[in-house]
Amino acid sequence: MAQFMSLGDAVAALVRDGDTVAVEGFTHLIPHAAAHEVIRQGRRDLTLVRMTPDIVYDQMIGMGCAAKLVFSWGGNPGVGSLHRFRDAVQNGWPRPLAIEEHAHAAMANAYAAGAAGLPFAMFRGYLGVDLPAVNPNIRRVTCPFTGEALAAVPALRPDVAIVHALKADRAGNVLIEGILGVQKEVVLAASRALVTVEEIVDDLGPRSPNAVVLPGWTIAAIALVPGGAHPSYAHGYYRRDNAFYLGWDDIARDRASFTAWMKTNVLEAGPDAFAAHRRRLAVAA
Amino acid sequence: MTSADTTLAYTATEMMTVVSARALTSADVCFVGIGLPSAACNLARLTHAPDITLIYESGTIATRPSVLPLSIGDGELCDTALTTVSVPEMFRYWLQGGRITVGFLPGAQIDRFANLNTTVIGPYDRPITRLPGSGGAPEIMTHCGEIFVTMPQSRRSFVDKLDFVTTFGHGQGGDHRARLGIRTKGPTRLITDLCVFEPDPETKEMTVTSIHPGIDRDQIRDATGWPVRFAERVAETAPPTDVELETLRDLHARTRRAHAADT
Repeated sequence: MAQFMSLGDAVAALVRDGDTVAVEGFTHLIPHAAAHEVIRQGRRDLTLVRMTPDIVYDQMIGMGCAAKLVFSWGGNPGVGSLHRFRDAVQNGWPRPLAIEEHAHAAMANAYAAGAAGLPFAMFRGYLGVDLPAVNPNIRRVTCPFTGEALAAVPALRPDVAIVHALKADRAGNVLIEGILGVQKEVVLAASRALVTVEEIVDDLGPRSPNAVVLPGWTIAAIALVPGGAHPSYAHGYYRRDNAFYLGWDDIARDRASFTAWMKTNVLEAGPDAFAAHRRRLAVAA
Repeated sequence: MTSADTTLAYTATEMMTVVSARALTSADVCFVGIGLPSAACNLARLTHAPDITLIYESGTIATRPSVLPLSIGDGELCDTALTTVSVPEMFRYWLQGGRITVGFLPGAQIDRFANLNTTVIGPYDRPITRLPGSGGAPEIMTHCGEIFVTMPQSRRSFVDKLDFVTTFGHGQGGDHRARLGIRTKGPTRLITDLCVFEPDPETKEMTVTSIHPGIDRDQIRDATGWPVRFAERVAETAPPTDVELETLRDLHARTRRAHAADT
């Protein structure tokens, strides 16, 4: 059953040095506040898994949390490069970063396979491309019925999944609406799940019977962090801070400006700082 | 279109976007890449293809954004969509399931058979420039009925040999797609700021079939890193109409206001 904890206690309890950690959210519901807490607590040698290692992993990689990255698209969406990711891959700063690279279809299928308890994911893909030559985890299986050769990748089974969601009720059941990404799959694929939420309510409220609800018994810890997805967003609460994504390009381009920004806004700040972003970007009720 | 429809001056990028938009119809179910394709697909929807189904890989189906999204998952896409599915469902049922008629991709490095590199410049293990990687492109390219690519043309991006094949277009040409068991058409149009390429029916080499007004063949040769081929009959692309330009400019102006609003 999900335990309600402060974000600091939840990260301390669930995330260990050397863990495989998947911080997910496909543009929407990216748990930035939780990632900042991992950075503040100085976790090291993590294998970070994420389809789109955007700003959130640029920050974790630039602060030296990661030994390895498993990913399928590493950019600042609509803006350009991830400068800290590039610096780590090209120059080993602040430490060398091993990479295991996939395409989106592979990662999405690998999370679904992890949630389904399967050892690998199978799909039609990776045809004619160079990635299988540099990633030994991309292989082929033959369909026993048709003989078709299909792509296979290992299931993703992270030690820890970290996601943001809209709200939890007092029993720890969590509601996700809007762009779903792989939030459900990564929580069900992981050994332990940490979920940050915008609010905790008595009742999840009116919703479709098919709404995405993660039962409390699938989650290890829930932390209340209003605004905790910023500069990503929470459907119905606040908008994506596109100006921040545009501005990140300058902040992250240079090691010194990046380090200074992280000191002020992460190392010397706390999860409470996120509430102001939520107020500034609030969606009209 | 007649010359009377065009009175406004326009940029090369506007020309490219308008020609890209014209490639789409109301009957299309289109998987939209971010950047230039997104502008083109929404221009099509706001002009001649009001019933086009636009799909972004974040899972938003039949979305009708009033401003262009910065990312493939802006809230605007979900708010205006018919329905929003998970990312595994998007890639498995909708893309791999063969429900999408056309994929519209942006480029990075491209070769004469419209294979794409968005992974690395230089060796994979020691890249000179690390690019974002595959994203959805490899499977978009093989699963959509056909593919349009749009990108500005230069020797830096139109290269004789890719450093890395991220996304398989026509491979080595000819029947290479069929030999790999791929049943879709692959890249059928490459739209640049200078011209339009289409694959030669036999060799599948991307061949110039239409040249934009005011551009000559030498400009195209100078901006292409392989000996570029021209079709037997090369058309002149019709310039953007005032309606197309005004619709596109309004869209960009709304987008700029929306993205700057939060600073």
